Formats: sequence, C-alpha cells, structure tokens
Amino acid sequence: MSRKITIEPVTRVEGHGKVTIHMDDLGNVTQSRLHIVEFRGFERFVQGRPYWEAPVLVQRLCGICPVSHHLAAAKALDVIVGAGTGDGLSPTGEKMRRLMHYGQMFQSHSLHFFHLSAPDFLFGIDGDPAVRNIIGIALTRPELAVQGVMMRKFGQEIIRATAGKKIHGTGAIPGGINKHLTLEEKNEFLHGADPLNADKMVNWASEAIEFFKNYYAANKSFIENFAHFPSNHLSLVRKDGALDLYHGVLRAVDAEGKKVLNDVDYQEYNQYIEEEVRPWSYMKFPYLKHLGKEKGWYRVGPLARLNTADFIPTPLAQKEFEAFKALTHGKPNNHCLLTHYARLIETLHAAEMIRELLNDDDLLKGELVVKGTKQKEGVGLIEAPRGTLFHHYRINDHDQIEMANLIVSTTNNNEPMNRSVNFVAKEIMTGKDVITEGMMNAVEVAIRAYDPCLSCATHALGKMPLEITLVNSENQVIDRKRSFS
Amino acid sequence: MPEKGKILVYGYGNPGRQDDGLGAAFISRLEQWIAENHFQHVDTDTNYQLNIEDAAAIHPYDEVVFVDASVEDIHDFDFSEVKPDNAKVEFTMHAVSPAFVIDLCRKIYGKSPKARLLHIKGYEWEFEERLTPQACDNLDKAFDFLINYLKTND
Repeated sequence: MSRKITIEPVTRVEGHGKVTIHMDDLGNVTQSRLHIVEFRGFERFVQGRPYWEAPVLVQRLCGICPVSHHLAAAKALDVIVGAGTGDGLSPTGEKMRRLMHYGQMFQSHSLHFFHLSAPDFLFGIDGDPAVRNIIGIALTRPELAVQGVMMRKFGQEIIRATAGKKIHGTGAIPGGINKHLTLEEKNEFLHGADPLNADKMVNWASEAIEFFKNYYAANKSFIENFAHFPSNHLSLVRKDGALDLYHGVLRAVDAEGKKVLNDVDYQEYNQYIEEEVRPWSYMKFPYLKHLGKEKGWYRVGPLARLNTADFIPTPLAQKEFEAFKALTHGKPNNHCLLTHYARLIETLHAAEMIRELLNDDDLLKGELVVKGTKQKEGVGLIEAPRGTLFHHYRINDHDQIEMANLIVSTTNNNEPMNRSVNFVAKEIMTGKDVITEGMMNAVEVAIRAYDPCLSCATHALGKMPLEITLVNSENQVIDRKRSFS
Repeated sequence: MPEKGKILVYGYGNPGRQDDGLGAAFISRLEQWIAENHFQHVDTDTNYQLNIEDAAAIHPYDEVVFVDASVEDIHDFDFSEVKPDNAKVEFTMHAVSPAFVIDLCRKIYGKSPKARLLHIKGYEWEFEERLTPQACDNLDKAFDFLINYLKTND
C-alpha cells in the first residue's frame, strides 16, 4: 500500500507549515511537497489607508522581521514622496536606516544560528530531540548560549535606538528618519560594559564562523551531499558589485555564475519577475520571466547573496568571503547547508558595519528628511535576513494606497525549499520501513537552512505542536504521533 | 540593574492583531498608572513575543509577571505560577513560552526570578489595531487584579 507521510507543522521555523511525503508500495519516495497556506489579505488590508502609515502598518505582518517590512515600505514611499529610489536620502537618513537594518540582520542571524541551527550541529540531526535545542546548549555549552542571547540582545537594542521602540517602530518615515542617535547611545553601543559593545560582537561573530568551520571540517561529506542542487541566485548588490543588504541593483546569476539578470533597476522588477500559481499550494512560485518557469526559479538569502556579490566591503567578512568562494573555485555555491556558513559571514559583516556606522557623526546630526516631487507609485527592495523582500505601492489622488504587492523572502525561496525537501526525502527515506524522528528532522534541517518565515508568507499567527500523520493512498490515517514538544 | 525587590511586568503580543495586543495594552495602562501613583518597585517591558534574550532581561529581577493574550478556555483572565522545570521547548521562534525563558535563564545564570503568568482571554486576531469589547472588559478585570497584587507586594 502506498503511503503519504505528513510532517505538520515544520518545527523551529517561524510560523508553521506542513510537509507531505508520498511513498509507493515499495517504499520509494515519489513526491515531496512543502505546503504553506498563504493569505494575501494584507495587501487588501492596506488599501485605502494613507500612504504614510504603511511603514508602521506593515509591521503587523510579523513579529519576527518587522524591521525589514518597516524599511522596505519606507523605501517604496521614499519614491512616492520624491526622495529618490533609495539613494536620495540625506546622509543621516540613510545611515540611521542602515544601522537599524544591520541591527536587525545581526540579531536575526544570531538567533537563527544559536537557537535553530547550532543544536543540530552540536548534537547531530538525529540527536536526542530532548536536548537538541538551545536549552541543551545552555546545559552543555553555556558560553555559546550566553553568546546567542547577548548577540540577539545587542541587535535588538540597536533596533530600539533607531526605530524608537520595540513594537511598531516609527523610525523610518517617507523620505528619511525621524530621529538622530544620541551621543549616549553611540557611546553605549561602542564602549558599553562587556559584552554588550560593538567590538565584542565582532569578536563573537568571528568565533561563530570558526565554530561552523570546525563542524564543516569534521562533517564535510555530510554537508556537501545534503540537499545540493544547482540553481539561480538573486539579490541586491551595490552598483560596484559589493554585498549591500540595504540598497542596490537587482542581480541574478545562474549555477555557473553567469549573470542572468544584469544589475537592473528594481523599480522595474515586474518586468523581470513573475509569480506562478500552483494548484496544490497557496504560496506563489516566483521566477525570472525571460528564463521561464522551469529554468527561471531562484534562491534568495545569505547563500544567494554571497553568490551574486563580487566582494564584501568590510575587511574581516571579506577575508571569510574569500575563503568561502575558494570552496567552489569562485563559482556559485549550491550546497544548502553552507547557507549557514554564508549567514555567519553576513553576521560578521553586519557587526563590522554597525561598528563602522557608530563611528560616523552623521548619525548624531544633520538633515533627517528629504522630499521632492510626489510620485504615484514606488517600489522598495531590501535584503531581509531571509532574502530579497519586495514592497510595491501605488496611491490615488487622495494619498490613499490603492494597490500593494509584497513578495516576501520566503515566497522567493518557495521552489528551492521544495526541491530541498524532495532531495532529502529521497536520500534518507527511500526503502525505509520505519520513519525515525531523526529522518523527520533531516527534512526539517533542509527547510531550516532557508530560515523561512512562514508568518510573513502566510500572514497568519503560527503556534502549533509538531504532529506527524501517516496516511495511505486512500487518505486513511494509519498512524499519527506528536513529536517532541 | 534593578533594585532588590523589584518586579518586572512584561507584556507581549502584536497590537496589530486585535486581541493579541492585550499584553501591550496592559503595559501601556500600567505605565500610566505607575506614573500617576509614583509607584517605585515595578519596571515594565513589552515586545511582539518573548525570545531568548529575555532570559537576560529578567534575570536581575526578584519576580517577573508575564502578561499575554490567551486563547485558552478561561473565563476572563488567569493568574498562575510559571515553573521553570515544566518548560517545553517551543519549535517556532514566534512562540517562546514564559516557562522556556525562565528555564533558559536558570540554566544560563544559575537562578531565575519567581515568575507568574497573567493570561487575559482574547477573541479576535485579525489585522486590526483595536481590542474587542469583551477583551477590553477582561483587561479591566485583569488590571484591577494585578494592581491589588502589586500593592500587596509593595
């Protein structure tokens, strides 16, 4: 009898999702799919609201990455208020926003590594789930747990200082920012008591890379053979090709490194990107129009960004970038699990950028807001922790939003996440009579590498236990168990 | 570092999701009350959700009261002790529980504050920044209760 295995929801990712694995009578995996229910209600919700409210309203989408939505919306509205397309702000406006963004990147990446990924590395993906979590880390490697907590806290404090408050931050406004950094805040972040200062964060970010490198060296074969497949990679890059997480042009490269989207203006993103609807999933599948659905899908996020960028404009991260690129002789890296390595290099870059920005006096004084001739439409793109985030708004004559379109990072990664699940399921489940917790976790390890934010993608509140259901081809439940929770 | 004997009242939830904003609304009202009554021994904090750094935030306190919206089958509100030894590891970063934070705090710092959870019943969770009337009623009752509790422990 053929079987269908359902993992619901996926553990340790934001929100919740469901993985279905179909097996035939011989135990072969025939098909695997990641299901995410996506509601497009938010775009409708903002219609009719005054455009200047959008940077605050969009934070309702998600309590995990509100800063990314806040900044992407503000960037789109910069265009509408005539402040240019991301590079027309005052030095103070742009640098304060960048500080906010790198704070967000730093805390999000740190949380992902120490809370979600490190347990798999420390205890093994088939390790005891009772200890394969940050509580287990706190018991066995308390210094790492403290590091994770403090790195997250430092990033959160940067956000609070730049966005104004933790909930519904108001820092970024159309055309700029609404406050300066105070001298006290600057000094606290630069020279605060150990460990909460920028130098310590740079050191810890470097140490986290060493931690991963050691794991990689000891598990090279596993990492390189886990969910590896060629793909296109898409991200913003600075006009000179540097890694830039806040602003730039849109670039995509194929699996061999050939540019398939050559540094285009993202205001025209809908000339290049299409979203496909598939009947079995509410979440759309974006692809590059000119390459078509079959060949045009792409990855976004840390791995994609290190594949599209030519260099990293901070010294320590650049050194790590060179080592990372050497692994694949300069070609794009298509190893799913090395996304963690890329994420940690970005964490180091974010820490370096935070330190560099804090030493810039433009944060303390100068013009906050720039405005020009009002436009009716604007697009804001940002490299959110999980990947490229698109916000697109059009307003009417009454300054009300009449159209909004959001493509969130997790939606951009829909196809590669599905391919990763399928790859891993076939590798480890084919021919097996018993599906162990370790096997289930391996599927989830593949998904977690993308750090999907299902709350953003689904716009739903996510809070469910892990439940695994085994169903036969006639949709009869033959087994159901609740995994460790 | 807070003074000895201080209590932290920490509300969490997303005010952009109707009654999920009960925790933040509670803290807003409490901050106003503290200012008007010159109450000294209570600090407040608020966020979209609890997360691992909250282990560091709570560890200097003698007591912490978490305030959250609830979908549980309770009448209006519930006030209960949070024990670190019953902490469950939540699988999403959206849903780190008070027990998780207390447990992590204890394992990192070797001690944790006495912890309580004030659960306030909510009803609607759509994209709207407004509490439902029933949730407002529950908030009133829960607020009166906690004020009495704080005064008693002053």
